[in-house]
Amino acid sequence: MLTRRIIPCLDVLNGRVVKGKKFQNLVDVGDPVELAARYSDEGADELVLLDISASLEERRPFFEIVRQVAKCIAIPLTVGGGIRTLEDILDLLRCGADKVSLNTVLAHDPTLLARGAARVGSQALVGAIDVLRINGSWSVHIKSGTQYTRLDALEWAKTLVKHGAGELLITSIDMDGMKVGYDIELLDRLASTVNVPLIASGGAGTKQHILEALNTGKADAVLAASIFHFHEIPIKELKHYLHAQGIPIRL
Amino acid sequence: MIGVVDYEAGNISSISNALSRIGAEFIVSGEVAPLSRCDGIILPGVGAAPGAMVSLQKRGLTEFLSTFRNPLLGICLGMQLLYQESEEGPTTCLGVLPGVVRKFNGSTSKIPHMGWNVVERTSEIALMQGIDRREYFYFAHSYYAEVDASSVAATKEGVLFAAVIAKENYFGVQFHPEKSGNAGLTLLHNFEVLCKSFRR
Repeated sequence: MLTRRIIPCLDVLNGRVVKGKKFQNLVDVGDPVELAARYSDEGADELVLLDISASLEERRPFFEIVRQVAKCIAIPLTVGGGIRTLEDILDLLRCGADKVSLNTVLAHDPTLLARGAARVGSQALVGAIDVLRINGSWSVHIKSGTQYTRLDALEWAKTLVKHGAGELLITSIDMDGMKVGYDIELLDRLASTVNVPLIASGGAGTKQHILEALNTGKADAVLAASIFHFHEIPIKELKHYLHAQGIPIRL
Repeated sequence: MIGVVDYEAGNISSISNALSRIGAEFIVSGEVAPLSRCDGIILPGVGAAPGAMVSLQKRGLTEFLSTFRNPLLGICLGMQLLYQESEEGPTTCLGVLPGVVRKFNGSTSKIPHMGWNVVERTSEIALMQGIDRREYFYFAHSYYAEVDASSVAATKEGVLFAAVIAKENYFGVQFHPEKSGNAGLTLLHNFEVLCKSFRR
């Protein structure tokens, strides 16, 4: 049986891992290579590495950091931020990424997924959706949450899967860094809308939050940052807790 | 010396990083001449079967791979390419093993099958030495090979499928040993030892 995945997320700004609240008020956490190696050793199932300013600054992704991180881990690495072309995707995979996470670019051109899938396969393509609740609906935002689109998250999820996303990374901007729990309702709705693995992101504060995202939210994986960065919940302890609660998990 | 086949359909960096970590000697090449001097071959694979086969043909590698006499390890798509045919396309593959690689049924499991799953051994081979009989490995694929005479380990997700196969000098793993933590590195180390025993 497939196990649920625990995925620490490294948000990188100017070569350093940072963490904020609702995508703002960023504080320095540490060196990406050191943190990646630590999480890999502590039993993380996968790592996500995001260049959080590349799209805003309209520059290409942080290839050198990807290369260094990839060298020191033996678990899957997903990389996102600033990807605009098929060439960017191929270059990141050449640097050692196993999957790329596409976000802003898809609002302009979702067909990049189809072109990418033909070349590297859907399993290497993650569709990332940053969501803000506005008037009872889930509104998709791009450019690190700074730009509103008219897209509805549920419809957008279907579109991305249709074009070739092999997995969806769903981040609730409202919950990001707030430690109040994931947006369970959104996750649950998405789980009955699309048939690709879902990664829940934004809001983890306790072990119970993560259990809730996996059980009620039906997420296949959970992404979290603050709770790991600030040593609040060790990965091993979290995994033993989930295992004891009956969640299939790799110990 | 291990030769890693570079045919623009593999994630060369991941496998290279893993081989470096275990201290293995290897080269990366897409040409027959340097690969034919290697003690063993790793055929990685990320992407789709049709493009991968075209890419191998373009480099004149298909005959070399299907007649190779030293150890050859196919990883993920690289394992699927060892079969007669894949439903992906459909595509005629290398034909080292009989059988057809099939697509997962989306009603019984999510596609792609992505994440860590249990690999359970049914017979013992040197490639799996020192690895628990039930061990987690990392998978990311939408197509699978059925369990048959060549399977030495299987995994269940909706259906039971071949996770590790062995036939003479040919080996295949559906998961990614280069991404499966210490168990994966052990498997790659075992393969290196196997290759050394065939040293030219």
